[in-house]
Amino acid sequence: MTSATLTPGAALGSQRVSENVRYYEDAVRLFVIAAVFWGVVGFLAGVFIALQLAFPALNLGLEWTSFGRLRPVHTSAVIFAFGGNVLFATSLYSVQRTSRQFLFGGEGLAKFVFWNYNIFIVLAALSYVLGYTQGKEYAEPEWILDLYLTVIWVLYAIQFVGTVMTRKESHIYVANWFFMAFILTVAILHIGNNVNVPVSLTGMKSYPFVSGVQSAMVQWWYGHNAVGFFLTAGFLGIMYYFVPKRAERPVYSYRLSIVHFWTLIFLYIWAGPHHLHYTALPDWAQTLGMTFSVMLWMPSWGGMINGIMTLSGAWDKLRTDPVLRFLVTSVAFYGMSTFEGPLMSVKPVNALSHYTDWTVGHVHSGALGWVAFISFGAIYYLVPVLWKRSQLYSLRLVSYHFWTATIGIVLYITAMWVSGIMQGLMWRAYDNLGFLQYSFVETVAAMHPFYVIRAMGGVLFLAGALIMVYNLWRTAKGDVRIEKPYASAPHKAAVGAA
Amino acid sequence: MDLDSITVALRSFWTVWLALLFTGIVVYAMWPGNRGKFEDASRIPLKEDGQEF
Repeated sequence: MTSATLTPGAALGSQRVSENVRYYEDAVRLFVIAAVFWGVVGFLAGVFIALQLAFPALNLGLEWTSFGRLRPVHTSAVIFAFGGNVLFATSLYSVQRTSRQFLFGGEGLAKFVFWNYNIFIVLAALSYVLGYTQGKEYAEPEWILDLYLTVIWVLYAIQFVGTVMTRKESHIYVANWFFMAFILTVAILHIGNNVNVPVSLTGMKSYPFVSGVQSAMVQWWYGHNAVGFFLTAGFLGIMYYFVPKRAERPVYSYRLSIVHFWTLIFLYIWAGPHHLHYTALPDWAQTLGMTFSVMLWMPSWGGMINGIMTLSGAWDKLRTDPVLRFLVTSVAFYGMSTFEGPLMSVKPVNALSHYTDWTVGHVHSGALGWVAFISFGAIYYLVPVLWKRSQLYSLRLVSYHFWTATIGIVLYITAMWVSGIMQGLMWRAYDNLGFLQYSFVETVAAMHPFYVIRAMGGVLFLAGALIMVYNLWRTAKGDVRIEKPYASAPHKAAVGAA
Repeated sequence: MDLDSITVALRSFWTVWLALLFTGIVVYAMWPGNRGKFEDASRIPLKEDGQEF
């Protein structure tokens, strides 16, 4: 691979680019490969732990393969390994193009970030399996790994912000605002939630600097904003670049995107307390968290409208371009889960939903429907461009992936809705003498069929990802599948073959 | 009233200051004179491949 490539337009020898800027793409390619690899690993881990819940014998009687240790392997693999590599790839790809500038720090820095971030992932996963954890959801790695990640993250921030600061485009495109908010906020959250005191400098174990309800509040300030700024702001950056790119039309309303950005920034950071309803957290803080969560509905739907309406006047592309279908469906799922979230943050609803599978279903409608779908769309867009192919191996296979994964998500979230609401109702049911009607284990037994359905949904989602791997592999090789083309001319590949 | 107490008094109205800042952003985004600038900005991702609009 060459260390730098000409812009696609210039490479084709046309006069489509006013100035030749050499964009760095080697590291972006590595990030894409890692994202696909970790995606499959993470989905596989998810299917396995889903089956463990349905069939506990799969814990294998070993501490290393118990649900408690494998669950953080799954969550970290899908969020930080898959999602993280997708964010690195898409942000470092699009920031160069929207800034009309090569990467600050060059290919070397990007590759340094790549290798170290992925080594961090492997070390973190190993540490969970061996039993080292801070016990904080989505912040499980112990203090020494936290320090390692901090260094990597700062280097990534320097690379991204440096590219924006040296840009040749006068305006900072909205996608870059979202990416910068994601990078900055994740840095603050990561440091803020990992202020720990190690037991010894040679051991892994540490304890949080704050304790009790303060520690819980710090954790959920982190946890909810990891959702807000890692899984939302970062992926909205992807939406604002890749949806217009694939649809070949500018975003529906740029003004709305500015309001969307700042509303999200002003509101999200306050929503964390809704994870601590009916706990030792003061009531006023719970109500504050609930209020801000309900208000968040506005920027979320503003963003959804902006993403979906970008297709205004070109709706037929949904039928003829399965890649765009992934991108737009992801935004629809974003709208759905950001409607469900504020609903669940309302205290009386939360009294039913909290600690049940409903929460798990909600997270997955966001994670599978929004985060993973927009990632698949971006990856399908990127691979032909990065490997200099005129088109994907097969658009039909993209469509098979789309429908397999969609059915998987529907099975997953409907099973969890039914299971979660049933679970919540069983927990609060009293008999006529005022005793609890069900023992805990009866609620577990009642959930068994739904756990099986959920695992089947996961299997379908994983199968879809394997179809993608095959399709991308053949695309990178330069093959084109002989198949019935979609009604209108196949989507012009992003290379811009004229 | 020294500077410290003025600072403390102003800080206690932080929601008001942030709301004003946000209102300013909305006015900036919607200001008719900025329309052209934002329409240009929305084409940044499409410009790179040289599409003419």
